[in-house]
Amino acid sequence: MNSQLSIRGLTKKFEAGTPNEKIALDKVDLEVQKGEFITLLGSNGAGKSTLFNAILGKFLPDEGRILLDGEDITYQKDYKRALNIGCLFQNPLRGTAPNMTIEENLALAYTRKASRSFFALNRKDSDYFRQILASLDMGLEDRMKTRMGLLSGGQRQAAALLMATIARPKLLLLDEHTAALDPASSRKVLEVTKQIIAEDGLTALMITHDMEQALRLGSRTLMMDSGRIVLDIQGEERARMSPRELAELFGKKAREGLSDRTMLAL
Amino acid sequence: MDLFNLLISALGQGFVYAPMALGVFVSFRVLNTPDLTVDGSFVFGMTACAAVTVAGHPIGGILAGILAGALAGLVTGLLQTSLRLNPILSGILTMTGLYTVNYAVLGGQSNLYLQSTPEGGTPVPSNTIYKMFGSGDASSLLLSVLLVAAACAGLIVFFKTRSGMAVRATGDNEEMVRSSSINADLSRVGGIMLSNALVGFSGAMLCQQQRYADLGCGSGMLVVGLASVIIGQALFGRHSVSLGILSAAVGSVVYRFILQLAYQIDMPSYTVKLLSVIIVVAALSLPLAKQNLSLAKARRAGKGETK
Repeated sequence: MNSQLSIRGLTKKFEAGTPNEKIALDKVDLEVQKGEFITLLGSNGAGKSTLFNAILGKFLPDEGRILLDGEDITYQKDYKRALNIGCLFQNPLRGTAPNMTIEENLALAYTRKASRSFFALNRKDSDYFRQILASLDMGLEDRMKTRMGLLSGGQRQAAALLMATIARPKLLLLDEHTAALDPASSRKVLEVTKQIIAEDGLTALMITHDMEQALRLGSRTLMMDSGRIVLDIQGEERARMSPRELAELFGKKAREGLSDRTMLAL
Repeated sequence: MDLFNLLISALGQGFVYAPMALGVFVSFRVLNTPDLTVDGSFVFGMTACAAVTVAGHPIGGILAGILAGALAGLVTGLLQTSLRLNPILSGILTMTGLYTVNYAVLGGQSNLYLQSTPEGGTPVPSNTIYKMFGSGDASSLLLSVLLVAAACAGLIVFFKTRSGMAVRATGDNEEMVRSSSINADLSRVGGIMLSNALVGFSGAMLCQQQRYADLGCGSGMLVVGLASVIIGQALFGRHSVSLGILSAAVGSVVYRFILQLAYQIDMPSYTVKLLSVIIVVAALSLPLAKQNLSLAKARRAGKGETK
């Protein structure tokens, strides 16, 4: 069976050949099935964001392959693969253009799937934008002509989420996308995220530092350390696990990684 | 010179330079990238226009000017995107290189009058679009106004299309454009080409209006364009792109009017450049000055309370 996302032996070294060489991704193998919602844990520098950036094509890997829905995208240009990959980062400013209106931002993101039209804004698309904005329940549907830069961080991130998912991507990457928001906005954005993923049946990977969240959301949890996937739990095992147990396991795996590396250094 | 003539003169010049101001608006405000190609592409538009006009094609001359500007923009755009050079350096490189090109286009001289000399005869002035349209300052002004209006309308429509919006978004948040599966490099190159095509258009208009091309015409052109954009912005504010386009064109006219006034108080013409720089610096530093002023006020008020 074909996986939605298939990563095989993906390796990336930064500053290779220098004393500062860092193995950011160490022969990572990962198969993600269609419709799977995976939470991804790992301490800073474990390689989570590097993995995302490799999938997004921000840099080319040293070795390995990335397949999206059976298509090899390893060497595809970043903007080309963005046709089928939506992404959202911690900083709400990254996903939206501040000097353009909410409507224009959505229209730009919708360029991927919209029917060809001479003008970027048209009645039919606008009705659709109004409808999805209304589903956020933030009153943004009445502010479509407002400049994006005037919105709060939470509102901007919610809009960015709509933009990332507006074209029903084959893969949605969420890099701690609620971490920079206040608790109320964070809850709201997370709620909308769950709703969109469920409704559209999206395949998603979400980076988080919250153990409880990692278990509660999605159907599978991965943990990375030193550029490798060190833990992969799902099904029964995952259902029984408490955030506390996961945290302990997390600590143990991180220590193991550490001692491995110390051994190698010796 | 009375005020009426002064106004007519300012309008005449202002509208000829207006497409250049529009070009600077596109690079500086829409693409958010200072583009120093302008000084070179303005003259390139002028020389290309002169060469074709002298050969007897007035309308072709204007088109050649537009094309020349776009070509200059293409070079700068490719330096910025394909070679990843710093935008400012890219512009300087193109501008400097164009100096040689412009010399060559004028046949190795630094200026060229729009006239042809039949064998053994006296020079005959070349036909220009201004001559075709009618004689006199009024008809000349009218033609410039029509051309600028067409350029403004075209720009306003363009920035509402999908490609136009991609160019705007590239200036606003390039990463978001890539994430939306749009080739941001292409948008950037297209935007810079559009910008310089307008600048070249302006150079071509000036060339046919004054009936000669001169390599010295381009120096400091970017500052003039910036001054126009900023003056327009001061008058109309920064609301939408459409308004920005119109205010850049109006700014160009107001800028010429200010210069004309300066001439009236017997300032020598070589002070123009310094005056333009002062206008730009003053306008650009206005927001900071305002901020400092309100800060100082708040501080004074605070002191008053603690006493």
